[in-house]
Amino acid sequence: MKETSFYVHIPYCVKRCGYCDFNTYTPTELRDGGTLETVSGDYIDAVLRELEIAHTQSSGSVPTIFFGGGTPSLLKAKDLGRVISTIKEKWNVAPDCEITLEANPDSVDVAKLQEFKAAGFNRISFGMQSAVPHVLATLDRTHNPDNVERAVRAARTAGYESVSVDLIYGTPGESLDDWRTSVSAALSLGVDHISAYALIVETGTKLAAQIKRGDLTMPDDDLMADMYLLVDEMAQNAGMSWYELSNWSKPGHESRHNIAYWRNANWWGLGPGAHSHLDGVRWWNVKHPTAYKSALFAGNSIEQEREVLTEQQLKDEAIMLAIRMRDGISLNKLNKDQVSRISGYCQSGHLDQAQWSNGTLQLTAQGRLIADRIVRELVV
Amino acid sequence: MPAISIEKAPQPASTDPSQIRNFAIIAHIDHGKSTLADRMLGITEVVDPRHMRAQYLDRMDIERERGITIKSQAVRLPWRSGIDGKEYILNMIDTPGHVDFTYEVSRSLAASEGAILLVDCAQGIEAQTLANLYLAMENNLKIIPVLNKIDLPAAQPDKFAAELAKLIGCQPEDCLRVSGKTGDGVADLLDQIIEQIPAPQGDANAPARALIFDSVYDVYRGVVTYVRVMDGHLSARDQIQMFSTGVRHEMLEVGVISPEPISSKGLGVGEVGYLITGVKDVRQSRVGDTVTNYNNPTKVALAGYKDPKPMVFSGLYPLEGSDYPLLREALDKLQLNDAALVYEPESSAALGFGFRCGFLGLLHMEIVRERLERESNLSLISTAPNVVYNVKLDDGKSIIVTNPSEFPDGKIMSVEEPIVRSTILAPSEFIGAIMELCQQRRGLLLGMDYLSEDRVEIRYTLPLAEIVFDFFDKLKSSTRGYASLDYEAIGDAEGDLVKVDILLQGEAVDAFSAIVHRDKAYAYGLMMTGKLRELIPRQQFEVPIQAAIGARIIARENIRAIRKDVLAKCYGGDISRKRKLLEKQKEGKKRMKMVGRVEVPQEAFIAALATDADIEKAKAARK
Ligand SMILES: Nc1nc2c(ncn2[C@@H]2O[C@H](COP(=O)(O)OP(=O)(O)OP(=O)(O)O)[C@@H](O)[C@H]2O)c(=O)[nH]1
Ligand SMILES: C[S@@+](CC[C@H](N)C(=O)[O-])C[C@H]1O[C@@H](n2cnc3c(N)ncnc32)[C@H](O)[C@@H]1O
Ligand code: SF4
Ligand SMILES: [Mg+2]
Repeated sequence: MKETSFYVHIPYCVKRCGYCDFNTYTPTELRDGGTLETVSGDYIDAVLRELEIAHTQSSGSVPTIFFGGGTPSLLKAKDLGRVISTIKEKWNVAPDCEITLEANPDSVDVAKLQEFKAAGFNRISFGMQSAVPHVLATLDRTHNPDNVERAVRAARTAGYESVSVDLIYGTPGESLDDWRTSVSAALSLGVDHISAYALIVETGTKLAAQIKRGDLTMPDDDLMADMYLLVDEMAQNAGMSWYELSNWSKPGHESRHNIAYWRNANWWGLGPGAHSHLDGVRWWNVKHPTAYKSALFAGNSIEQEREVLTEQQLKDEAIMLAIRMRDGISLNKLNKDQVSRISGYCQSGHLDQAQWSNGTLQLTAQGRLIADRIVRELVV
Repeated sequence: MPAISIEKAPQPASTDPSQIRNFAIIAHIDHGKSTLADRMLGITEVVDPRHMRAQYLDRMDIERERGITIKSQAVRLPWRSGIDGKEYILNMIDTPGHVDFTYEVSRSLAASEGAILLVDCAQGIEAQTLANLYLAMENNLKIIPVLNKIDLPAAQPDKFAAELAKLIGCQPEDCLRVSGKTGDGVADLLDQIIEQIPAPQGDANAPARALIFDSVYDVYRGVVTYVRVMDGHLSARDQIQMFSTGVRHEMLEVGVISPEPISSKGLGVGEVGYLITGVKDVRQSRVGDTVTNYNNPTKVALAGYKDPKPMVFSGLYPLEGSDYPLLREALDKLQLNDAALVYEPESSAALGFGFRCGFLGLLHMEIVRERLERESNLSLISTAPNVVYNVKLDDGKSIIVTNPSEFPDGKIMSVEEPIVRSTILAPSEFIGAIMELCQQRRGLLLGMDYLSEDRVEIRYTLPLAEIVFDFFDKLKSSTRGYASLDYEAIGDAEGDLVKVDILLQGEAVDAFSAIVHRDKAYAYGLMMTGKLRELIPRQQFEVPIQAAIGARIIARENIRAIRKDVLAKCYGGDISRKRKLLEKQKEGKKRMKMVGRVEVPQEAFIAALATDADIEKAKAARK
């Protein structure tokens, strides 16, 4: 039977973090006079409209739903619940459906988390980023590091099946020891899953301006690499293992939604700027929430752009995505040329020897650090 | 009114030689030759004030942008003397000042009886002032010393009149004073040209002899040949013959430049003008050849010119390999108007197919490259300039090396390199700095003269290779811009020269090989390995970069293996963005050049081959 996952974009944040270029808006940026409270009701109405459109084009079962942002936890549980229940009405949502909430550790308490739980969420992911005050300050994050521990405990109390935290490494001024502090803080929380992302300087962000002015300096690649190896080792020692390049989990706690992306599965992205993929066709919505809402209410198309993937693009994407997974790529899916072009990476320790002998391309930790390079060798 | 309208002025083919004066304006670069020429065009009224623009005769885009003259231009100017009230025809030739184009000056002088030696009286005598003066003297020309830019507040006409007088052997009062900017003194100068410069002499009844001093290809008109008639006359109905080849040509048009071409019945003794014969290739109408009548040919050719010899060589390669045929076409086309440019195909393991080109000097090289890029819309990469070496082998054979990577390995008996005699003019306070620089560059002091109390002329022999390698920039920076340099080739001399190869993972990269003096090999090796270490991205494996003389490694750097090449960010569903990035990287990878197993981005080649001056220029352009 056909499966479609759902991503629900919540494009609101209290404040924009210095490094962030996600499609999200603060109340001042929105300038439509409303508070988050008032705009959100409207916004959910719009998402429900898009769900009606989705229903005309997709049916079947729903293995995962993910509310991301922005800061979904800013919205009322009741409002997010309307989206979940509508999906449940129109699609066949499995009882074990993974329903994730991205949450800001500052904007939650036990009561609120219980409400979200009641609305249907069973997995929660907190934006922790770091446990070191000067790193958080450079990242321009507002939350108090102690709130993360409180939030994780609250999530446990509320009964979430899986709790995850997001970390960022490679912040200007962050030392390897700072990073060790953050990772061990995250692991000691007893979470089931961690995501660790290398800080990317996105153009147009405050961070980019600070670097351009010379106020901040990005760490060199060697330090970044050491940080990656460190989190990989520490996560393993804590009983977690990598299942995707930036994600580690205890057994059974992999994010199935995340995996769907890397497996090129079908999903529908709801909300402004959200990306969707159905059977080799990708499209994305208009970016601004106001444009999104008004188009929907006027009955106009909300599609910004669409691409029908060519054979070549499908192949390239499959490699680009699958290589990031622990499962890797079966060598018999590659041609002779491709295999011979990358076999040298086995000797250099970037590909796992044992897996290679078993007919699978699986990146070692060193290999994951140069995954893009190996992809380029494969897709030329 | 001293100006005479072109229609009423003495006409070509019927102007008595006694009414003609032929002269060239010569000077150091930027002393104002073309600006003075502008004023002459203006007061003789051959150019309408509405059409006047600064440096009118600098017609090429590249001349206008850089504000320098590259090609000489001859113009026929009618003028009524303010002294005797008679009508005259002046043939004025504006010449380039840069040392690379000295051959243009020589040609112009051979078509003249006199020269105006122009000196910017805020700068004084400089190296090309001397060089061009000596050229004019060798041609037995009447020299009129003229101080220019007297309008400038910093002008010191009295001081430089004294220096100039001492140099030429005249009285300081003999130096005329003008401003090419305001036109002050220019009418006087024209009158003095008539007074002082002898009229041309020739035998009007002899078989025609005309000297070709320029030959230019024009898309619309074919080859336009510029001549100075010495004897006899050429008429529009004639059939003419090139003395050297004996080939007959129909005359399609004959005329004068005023300063646009005006066709005429013919050209008589002493006149300067142009011929069009339908020839499509400038080589059939060679500069220095003698044009004569087919029906009544002369038996004696005029003394021609020595062909300019390329002094500096460099490999030119298209950035896009597929542009190679386009580059060949562009070079063919450019050579039609630039006989000094020579080239032959070569290939480089690192850069692909290209051409080894010979140039008159660094400026010529820069200009050729720029014209090729601009006029044929090409992107080029050029190897570091080098000179030509004469290598004698143990077995007695000798080879000419214009590409360092072709320098033979072992069994070398001797290597000869070109030597120049250089003249440096500078304020005397810089003597120490100049001598130190020349010493470092293997110079031999020939002599030193004081032009005045505080100005010296220092003469050195130097290997040309040293000059080609940033000598001029160093000279300028060590003399706060005050020194000027002229040089001429005087032959070859043996040197203790070695080839330094640059190896990536043990493989020599041909484009980076250089021939240098043994004492400088280590410095070159260190510089290149250091540069490349910065420029070549880290690879899957460690890459040693070595500099070697033969099998001996003299410098070494390492590029450590890459550790991180991945975007580890949360993408959400935006897979398209990631794929597009990959597609871009795929394109980038295609532009990588493989040196053995090492991927070298094209940008790294360009940057590694760039000189300090290139880098300064690129920086300035970015600002
Ligand atoms: N103030 C002043 N500036 C002058 C005068 N004559 C020339 N210039 C300036 O000097 C600079 C060089 O003038 P050009 O006429 O191009 O010099 P040139 O000798 O033809 O230069 P090349 O052909 O490159 O050797 C220009 O900026 C002129 O404007 C003058 O009489 N007075
Ligand atoms: C969709 S984002 C938003 C989640 C949530 N709003 C928050 O910031 O806590 C998910 C994660 O991406 C990571 N991220 C955001 N911007 C990043 C950047 N410029 N470079 C690397 N990681 C980034 C952060 O770890 C963040 O928690
Ligand atoms: S909270 Fe998250 S989505 Fe919002 S601005 Fe910060 S990083 Fe971006
Ligand atoms: Mg000029």
